[in-house]
Amino acid sequence: MLSVAIFLPLAAALCLPAVPRRAVPWTWIVIAVGELALVTALWIARGDRGGIAYETDVRWIPSVQAGYHVGADGLSLPLLALTALLFAACAVHSLGRTHRARAFAILFLFLETVCLGLFAALDLLLFFVFFDLSIVGMYFVILLWGHGDRAASALKFFLYTFLGSLVLLLGFLGLYLGADPHTFDMVELTRAPPWPGSPGRAGLTLLAVAIGLGVKTPVVPLHTWLPPAHTDAPAAGSAVLAGVMLKMGPYGLIRIAMPALPDAWSRYAWVFLAIGLAGVLYGALVALAQENLKRLVAYTSVNHMGYVILALGAAGHALGDADARRLAVTGAVTQMVSHGLVTGALFLLCGVLYDRAGGYDLGRFGGIAGGAPALAAAFAVAAFASLGLPGLSGFVAEFQILAGTIGSGTAAAAVTGALAVLGIVLTAALFLRVLHRAVLGPPGELTARVTDLRGSELGAVVPLLALSLAVGVAPRALLDTVEPLSAAVVALVSR
Amino acid sequence: MNENPADLAPELCVLLAAALGLVHGLFLPRDRQGRVAVTCAAGLAAGFAAAAVAASRPALTAFDAFAVDPITHVTRLAVLGTTLGAVALAAGGVRGHPRESEHHVLMLLAALGTMLLGASTDLLVLAAAYLLASVPAYALAGFGRDAPGTEAALKYYLMGALLGVAMLGGVTLLYGVGRGTSYAVLQEGLGAAPAAAVAAGAVALLAGPLFKAGAVPGHFWVPDVAEGAPRAVAAFVTTVPKIGAFAALYRIGAQALPPGAAGWPALAGTVAAATMTLGNLAAFGQDNVRRLLAYSTIGQAGFLLVPVAMAGRGDLARPALLFYVAAYAVTNLGAFAVVVATGRDELSGYTGLLRDAPLLGGSLTVCLLGFVGTPPTAVFVGKVLMFGAALDGGQVWLAVVAALNTVASVFYYLRWIVPLFGRPDGPFRPARGPAAVAVTAAALSLALGTGAGAVLAR
Repeated sequence: MLSVAIFLPLAAALCLPAVPRRAVPWTWIVIAVGELALVTALWIARGDRGGIAYETDVRWIPSVQAGYHVGADGLSLPLLALTALLFAACAVHSLGRTHRARAFAILFLFLETVCLGLFAALDLLLFFVFFDLSIVGMYFVILLWGHGDRAASALKFFLYTFLGSLVLLLGFLGLYLGADPHTFDMVELTRAPPWPGSPGRAGLTLLAVAIGLGVKTPVVPLHTWLPPAHTDAPAAGSAVLAGVMLKMGPYGLIRIAMPALPDAWSRYAWVFLAIGLAGVLYGALVALAQENLKRLVAYTSVNHMGYVILALGAAGHALGDADARRLAVTGAVTQMVSHGLVTGALFLLCGVLYDRAGGYDLGRFGGIAGGAPALAAAFAVAAFASLGLPGLSGFVAEFQILAGTIGSGTAAAAVTGALAVLGIVLTAALFLRVLHRAVLGPPGELTARVTDLRGSELGAVVPLLALSLAVGVAPRALLDTVEPLSAAVVALVSR
Repeated sequence: MNENPADLAPELCVLLAAALGLVHGLFLPRDRQGRVAVTCAAGLAAGFAAAAVAASRPALTAFDAFAVDPITHVTRLAVLGTTLGAVALAAGGVRGHPRESEHHVLMLLAALGTMLLGASTDLLVLAAAYLLASVPAYALAGFGRDAPGTEAALKYYLMGALLGVAMLGGVTLLYGVGRGTSYAVLQEGLGAAPAAAVAAGAVALLAGPLFKAGAVPGHFWVPDVAEGAPRAVAAFVTTVPKIGAFAALYRIGAQALPPGAAGWPALAGTVAAATMTLGNLAAFGQDNVRRLLAYSTIGQAGFLLVPVAMAGRGDLARPALLFYVAAYAVTNLGAFAVVVATGRDELSGYTGLLRDAPLLGGSLTVCLLGFVGTPPTAVFVGKVLMFGAALDGGQVWLAVVAALNTVASVFYYLRWIVPLFGRPDGPFRPARGPAAVAVTAAALSLALGTGAGAVLAR
């Protein structure tokens, strides 16, 4: 059943060339929404039990113990649902705008299969296949539908993340060779962690895996591909890149690095704390200095992913309080979902601004609330959600992360957690500055061109923000799914 | 001693087809020599079938010098399959040519030599196979009888002759110190021989197969032949001889030299690193797609040398080499088939190919992304196994160099992929036959990648 959900978009993409040109956008929307319904049904049908559901394990390359092994647990399901939701939002958002609409829809459906497959993969080689394909797919999205200096941005994105993926591959091979018997299967690797007797090799393997996933996350200082890629990508591409693909990094850390290399993770937990903190503060400070709205949102992604890495680092402190560490992991997963919803919405709104006015320059906008009240309202809600206002999803996530990090009981974690609170202040400052300059205030030179949101744009953005509100007000539904998983992960790391 | 000729059935099929092709060529009127291509293709297909049947049988040695084992099986199947593709590519171009039948026969003879090269377990047979694989290829390179073709053939011949002599010197030296030419005898005898003599002999011996593989330092002919020879011949000589050469190199490392002799992993690893780096860096500035592909084949040869360097260390080296070499052959043939089909040599000539001829453009994209190592193509699985072999053999530096080179290679493959999405200047009129070969190769690359399990299980 899960395999059907994964490959449904790809099958639809293969059929799309036969659909008449004018029916393409609506076909895409129907498929994307249907896919969303399917994934939601899978989540509801499973409930909040622990363990892996919908497992399929087929032999693929038996001689190296690699298989087509997929399944969904409390970590996969929220991300699968987020993926389906964001792709559906992109389908709605793209209604009636893109040139070469058919190719665009095909590429996005392909990417949807890739992202769903990645979050369901329980085999390292399968995970890597989807990881690599996501890079190729996104490269073409930026190259063919981007704007500005798109060829250079796309190339930088490809080369940088491809190098990351190869380092990741070396790390995966390290896991494979360290396991006895050799295997690529994540469940087996979790059961019997590789390199039991040799901490040096386990450390090297963790280094390769962490660099590979860190490029994708991205963690400071491996983030430099992200601002140009986001700035020059089309709105839907940015939304998917930030909302879904950035999650592949922390997802891999929770799914692979923490359970399979528990000793190494505990030993180097302070490194993750440190780079998490660096991401939080550096991302916020650089975002504060941006004049380009889309670049600003891109840097807040660095900030938000920093919280996730911080929480995972805190969860690795074997001496810390187990409840607090569980809270940190739950917060990390919530942050991944929350960031997907909110940043996806922010990038789609940036795309609306670019469509109307042809620029992202903060100084040239001002007072857009006058002519475009719905756009201004949506932007304000997204900004408040992103800065962590209580009642919206960002608060739930960041509160858990910081409470878990500070509460884990070790001095290092408490200090980094306290410093990370500064990041929230900075984010608040920068978003208020944006609201002040662009949404309120005297009209700028481009303000006259900004008309209000159209039906399709509202249809894309409002569900994302409504869900962010729902998670903020009633987080139980999400947390009930995630908590058994966090308990399992923390137990695995403490082995 | 096993002297059953049936064990050499695939080779005999090709030899028979070549002989029949020559006889046909003598007696057929000049405008009806197209039948020779059919005869040759039938011989190749029969050989392929025989090789597939032989692959299901246990390993054995025939005539004391000819191993029939998984290495030979893969070499045979890859050589016969790609030669069949190359004959199909060439058939349109040489139709009505005064030397049409000779063209096909020369291809078959070079393929036969390549198969012997990959299967021989005796230095003297290796030397003979080297000549049989090389001499027809020299003639093919100059087949167009134009200035670039003549230059290519001359360069090819001089390089081949020089490195062939070096190889014969190595054979002599190893025979002297190892008291035999059979690999099994050598592996025992060389253990007690002076290390310096063994190292000198091994280095000289490697010159020949490295020339055939297009690896440093025997790579100088590759760009000139790829650019100067007729397109179908370029596809043939950059694909087929390499298959046998890598098999021979692997056998030398694993079966002829005692473990650790001649500084094996370091020596072959250094050659591998140098080859991939040189090939990939030199490909950066190429605007002629044939030269670009030529340097790409040098880069790929470097990757293929990684499992050769790991010969005999770990369980991954042999499957890595065999899978990668087959994947490389399919992908390279596909890329060259697109060049034959469009008949254009300049990068700018490919602008808009995806719009005008979606199937052909798609095949080229699959092949080029395949070279990069994008899943789910065949080269991806080959590369994973190659990295695994390097790490398994404890050569982390080689894996890192290979990873960096892979990233560097992305750059020039993308230089060719990006224009495909543009707007075409004028209509493309791709030739049907080569286009079909290209599409088949691309499909096969995807099938090999997704069905890797079934293939590796053999």
